[in-house]
Amino acid sequence: MVSKFVKSPFPAGIHYLSGNEAAAEGAIAAGCRFYSGYPITPSSEIMERMAVRLREVGGVFIQMEDEIASISAVIGAAWAGAKAMTATSGPGFSLMQEAIGYGVFTETPCVIVDVQRAGPCTGQATKVGSGDVMQAKWGSHGDYQVIALSPWSVQEMYDLTLRAFNLSERYRVPTFVMAEEATGHLRETIRVQRQVKVWDRKKERRGSPFGTEEEDGVPPMPAFGEGERLAVTGSTHDAYGFRKTDDPEAHSILVERINQKILKNRRNIIETESYFMDDSELVMITYGFTARTSLYVAKRLRKEGLKLGFLRLKTLWPFPEEVVREATAKKKKAFVPEMNRGQVAGEVKKYCSCDVISFGQTNGEVIRPETLEEALRRIV
Amino acid sequence: MVRAMEKYIRPGVKSTPFCPGCGHGILMGLLLRAIDELKMDMNRMVFVSGIGCAAWIPSPHYNGDTLHTLHGRALAFATGVKLFNPELCVMVVSGDGDLSSIGGNHLVHAARRNIDIKVICANNMIYGMTGGQVASTTPTGARTATTGEGNPYRPFNLSRLVEAAGATYVAKYSVTQPVALIRSIKKAIRHVGFSFIEVLSPCPTQYGRRNRIDRPEDMIRDLIQRCLLEEEAKGLTEEERAEKIITGEFLSCQK
Repeated sequence: MVSKFVKSPFPAGIHYLSGNEAAAEGAIAAGCRFYSGYPITPSSEIMERMAVRLREVGGVFIQMEDEIASISAVIGAAWAGAKAMTATSGPGFSLMQEAIGYGVFTETPCVIVDVQRAGPCTGQATKVGSGDVMQAKWGSHGDYQVIALSPWSVQEMYDLTLRAFNLSERYRVPTFVMAEEATGHLRETIRVQRQVKVWDRKKERRGSPFGTEEEDGVPPMPAFGEGERLAVTGSTHDAYGFRKTDDPEAHSILVERINQKILKNRRNIIETESYFMDDSELVMITYGFTARTSLYVAKRLRKEGLKLGFLRLKTLWPFPEEVVREATAKKKKAFVPEMNRGQVAGEVKKYCSCDVISFGQTNGEVIRPETLEEALRRIV
Repeated sequence: MVRAMEKYIRPGVKSTPFCPGCGHGILMGLLLRAIDELKMDMNRMVFVSGIGCAAWIPSPHYNGDTLHTLHGRALAFATGVKLFNPELCVMVVSGDGDLSSIGGNHLVHAARRNIDIKVICANNMIYGMTGGQVASTTPTGARTATTGEGNPYRPFNLSRLVEAAGATYVAKYSVTQPVALIRSIKKAIRHVGFSFIEVLSPCPTQYGRRNRIDRPEDMIRDLIQRCLLEEEAKGLTEEERAEKIITGEFLSCQK
């Protein structure tokens, strides 16, 4: 496992970009050199920019026949040695779920940017939602862990896509950037540093690519063509990749490790940020685009003397349970606004002992400050 | 499989996973003979397969890189491997249901792109691993677990399908034509572009017993009698032709 600083491939300084464009730049900066995708609103700008940028940096771009093929090609390329990604939105994310399970079980690093739109089904393709949060965790069958990050700005579309690659390489797991239409199409200035920190997967030779005694639980991952003669399968397998389709021990060892390698390392994965927590009785727990509105409203209401705290989850999965528990320990109420019917609120309820008030909005629009303010005034 | 081919088998592999009488074991050996005759470097070969009996031909048995993927998606995974590292020789070995039914969309698109992938489609005309259900390749009238009265629909003509989609090497043989098949596999490996070989492989367990072909050797004998090269079929009446299976190399071109 190696981390290193490399010169940013995108000129350092201030840029004015859309969120989707920034996600593509974050990927290129992280070392992404393979993209396969399928057009879908509101994520297509990521694919369009990757088509141009990968040609410039000597990577590979291909538009596939559907989302299933896109994620499959991403996983294939990852085993050929690539840092690879795709981007999509709800319907495409649904189609990808089986292969995401494959990525998890074969421990394949890859990044998927899900620019969430208003679902279910085709829903409103150009409108916003955060309805894929639970799907990111539970969308594929079986018990597994993934990493999902939640950007709230164009800057974070860049930063968190870059970070998603680093986490994915470090823990050998499909990693999601759970963006939202509003952030994908937002235009803001972002600052690009001269150097970026990138992680590359560990690559010991003659190791066991699907089992390890190391404490982090992450085995080395050589690439095809390196003479390792890898055996990769989505069936249950032993440390060397041999299929074990009816061995209970092999199955429990593998399922346990792919879960534990994420859960045990969650303190290194989870990022949150909080403000005004000292004096508040009510804490807003929020993420993604809704966190922008929430912080604005918190500041405004605090001027009126209402004691509101603010906690933003930059990591959604693994869920920041300790942070949430601690943040709400001495509070009376937790208020969770989101653009779905309480997907994160339900999770918050699992880990905190105070009252949890879910405020869900599913009308295809971002939650407006006045709507949030009104809801908060009712409960404070 | 002859001992000389054992050097291509992954250490630790103990036995064949196939049923008695299955044609896949023959194909497993013939592929290795072609690889051996071309002196291919197994360190540079990637075998991609989907789900089903045929997907187990390379995975994990062949001692190269093997990628045993999801049902139907072998070609999409293989596309990612080949595009990112064009130096690798990427061969997809999978079944008829995997490649042409659940994976049908990927098959026509991979052929359209003419990506340099060698596809060996082991066609046993039925879903073997799941218990003998009707496939997109099951002949009309054949009995399966889901067509007790006989298959009411027509099977795909896979060679024509991939040819129309844009493949540049297309052939069809049976495991009962080993010499011609080895020659064809070698040609496909050397061919630059999308190569597709349909290989008829008997499934006595699921297909034979439901269609009153009592013994595995009867299925083999039937294939030997019915598989003709195009030149051998010349002069046959339409009626006689319908009884036969026309095999051979149908297309070899560069685009």
